[in-house]
Amino acid sequence: MTIEKYLVKKTSLPVLFDKIKASGKVVKAPKKKSHTTDFADVASFSEVTDDYIVTTQSAKSVAFPRVEKLFNYVKSKDGVQITDYALNAIPEVVMWGVRPCDAAGFDPLNAIFTWDINDVIFTTKLKKTTIIGFSCQNADENCFCTSVGGNPGSTQGSDILFTKLSSGDYLAEVISEKGKAIQALAPELFEAAPSEDKEQNLAKVDVKFTKEIIKEKVDKYFESDVWKEQAQRCIGCGTCAFVCPTCACFDIQDENHGKNGHRIRTWDSCCFSQFTLHTSGHNPRPTQDRRWRQRIMHKFSYMPDRINVYGCVGCGRCSRACPVDMNIAEHLTNISKM
Amino acid sequence: MVDVKKKAAELLSSEAVKVIIGYTEGTGGKPRAAFIQNVADVEKLIFNSQCVMNLAVYLTKAEIKKLGKPAIVAPVNVLRAIIQLAFEVQIQESDIVVLGITPDEKLVEFQSFAAIESYLEDFKMELDAKEKETLAKISGMSLEERWAYWTEELSECFKCYACRAACPMCYCHKCAVEQNKPQWIPVAAHQLGNMEWHIMRAMHLAGRCVNCDACHNACPKGINLNFLTKLMLADAQEQLGYTGPTLKEGNLLSTYNPNDQENFIK
Amino acid sequence: MSEFEPKIVAFVCNWCTYAGADLTGTSRIKYATNVKIVRFPCTGRIDFMLLLKAFGEGADGIIISGCHPNDCHYTSGNFHARRRWVMFRGLMNFMGIDTRRVQFSWVSAAEGAKWAEIVNTTVDEVRELGPYTDYKKVADYLETEVTNG
Repeated sequence: MTIEKYLVKKTSLPVLFDKIKASGKVVKAPKKKSHTTDFADVASFSEVTDDYIVTTQSAKSVAFPRVEKLFNYVKSKDGVQITDYALNAIPEVVMWGVRPCDAAGFDPLNAIFTWDINDVIFTTKLKKTTIIGFSCQNADENCFCTSVGGNPGSTQGSDILFTKLSSGDYLAEVISEKGKAIQALAPELFEAAPSEDKEQNLAKVDVKFTKEIIKEKVDKYFESDVWKEQAQRCIGCGTCAFVCPTCACFDIQDENHGKNGHRIRTWDSCCFSQFTLHTSGHNPRPTQDRRWRQRIMHKFSYMPDRINVYGCVGCGRCSRACPVDMNIAEHLTNISKM
Repeated sequence: MVDVKKKAAELLSSEAVKVIIGYTEGTGGKPRAAFIQNVADVEKLIFNSQCVMNLAVYLTKAEIKKLGKPAIVAPVNVLRAIIQLAFEVQIQESDIVVLGITPDEKLVEFQSFAAIESYLEDFKMELDAKEKETLAKISGMSLEERWAYWTEELSECFKCYACRAACPMCYCHKCAVEQNKPQWIPVAAHQLGNMEWHIMRAMHLAGRCVNCDACHNACPKGINLNFLTKLMLADAQEQLGYTGPTLKEGNLLSTYNPNDQENFIK
Repeated sequence: MSEFEPKIVAFVCNWCTYAGADLTGTSRIKYATNVKIVRFPCTGRIDFMLLLKAFGEGADGIIISGCHPNDCHYTSGNFHARRRWVMFRGLMNFMGIDTRRVQFSWVSAAEGAKWAEIVNTTVDEVRELGPYTDYKKVADYLETEVTNG
């Protein structure tokens, strides 16, 4: 569908929020927790914060949570009985306050979860998720969405995108059928489109490189020493992958209690030293620079080659969360100049 | 800092060391670790009160060892870690040069690990008033409140293991959390997995933790996990007479005193 | 509904307490049947994680018992264990794990009657406290929560 534009008054926003809550959908929105600002279930609009560049963790957990039980099993004399994932129990969720970079992250994530087989748990969850984006008025030194094809007001991935105007009211862009459904909950709040230009109300994010240049360079410099130099201070934790909107690696575990148990999937990270450790004891990525190279190559070379989408949306979360200040934008800029 | 840079340049140009492990300016002016291999780059070294990362973590990393003999810029928290690592035979005196740095940013050189140990006698490892207050606040809660506090706090953890990776004492190539024969701790970051991971982490650091807060500073979720090890430190000091890292005696939990308290044992 | 019967797990050393518990039996002293004994070479070998495993699997109380100081078959295993329990008890308590449910004791091979008394009093105390559900709830998190993330 074509994007429809409306004006939503500042005072209408809480009303819309309440209508969505009243419709019975689960609403997750950025909330100030004791240490971080993250998406969480919120009871009322007063709990929602708009004081954040991006949340610490990405919005991906709505469809790809850090731990997910895939099925239960019971062993008995007659074999194994499996209770499958209850797909019909997945609730309708509205993600409120998603930044454009985060919303754009669902495309690569979806591409990974559907590229060989269709991961029904992920895709069903995504189908039942409505994304209400808020474009960025502020950016920090870690933001680089414009260098990887995004921008602070991008509509990609959102179902409705709100942009704050100089008056304090919002430009609402209704992008998809799911967005229309939200609008239909309170059509009176969506007034005639404002004349004000959206662009002038967006954060300025300088273009530092392009993703195509990065792809060209990393393909060429696979054996370069640059990986060693860049990875020197990396201590091999999994923070970058866990806050990333597009990282999709997981581990499968069976948790047993006697004859009962369940199979779960849980986040994993290519930066862990044991990520590729074989049973034989051989590790094809034995050092941290190989693991760092894998992280960059996967996002900027393997993903575009195989599933036609880049694995980085430029949110800069990994840089902010990194305990040793591995600044991905800085590293990529240096690679682009090689 | 001038004398530290001068010494660093000397060490590099005389090839006494191959790399200087220090701090340099990172994103937004915040410090980050630097591995200086050329004399010309020595100017990039910085030191200020924000340099809280424990650089000793790099001394046991295979990738860094490959760079050759290091000199390490070492404020008090790094010095403590060096003593503990030395006691645990993870580093040898001949393998590193320690560029001690006083609280007022002056260079202090050490001829031996023993010299570091006696220097540290002026910096008793004790919890400050604010830390004690937080410990007292948590300890003062009821049993149910304490349980609620920690389950809530630890439910934030997504098990990225940044706390482990940033800790100079967590140098094991294969951590107990990754053992799977038997599997002690659930891999997943669900409540049980988180609870057991953090309990095990704290216990394995009992009497070894140098109270540098590297774990807390590394945590992307800002979890107060350092207060588990701080509690252990306070308990060890109070109940077992522990004083801090030393080259002389064994580790707290690999030694004993026949007169240790046992008022809780029937 | 029947009265609550606590499940108690006892981690004991082979040389003193296990032999002591044996003596309790051969001396025909009756004691509570709630206890499941797990035999270890030495108290020094009892990992603190085992306590958590026991609570996670539904134990309501735990007994840890070994040789009296200076009586350890391996000279100092119990001394090492004692230090570990000083630290671990403090940590459990700080985190809100109910240490009233964890009983430490020294029971020698000659103290059959003491073993019966330790078990009986522990069972009584834990019965008074009721079932331990806090830790179990955490362990069963994935079974009880509809959504997670």
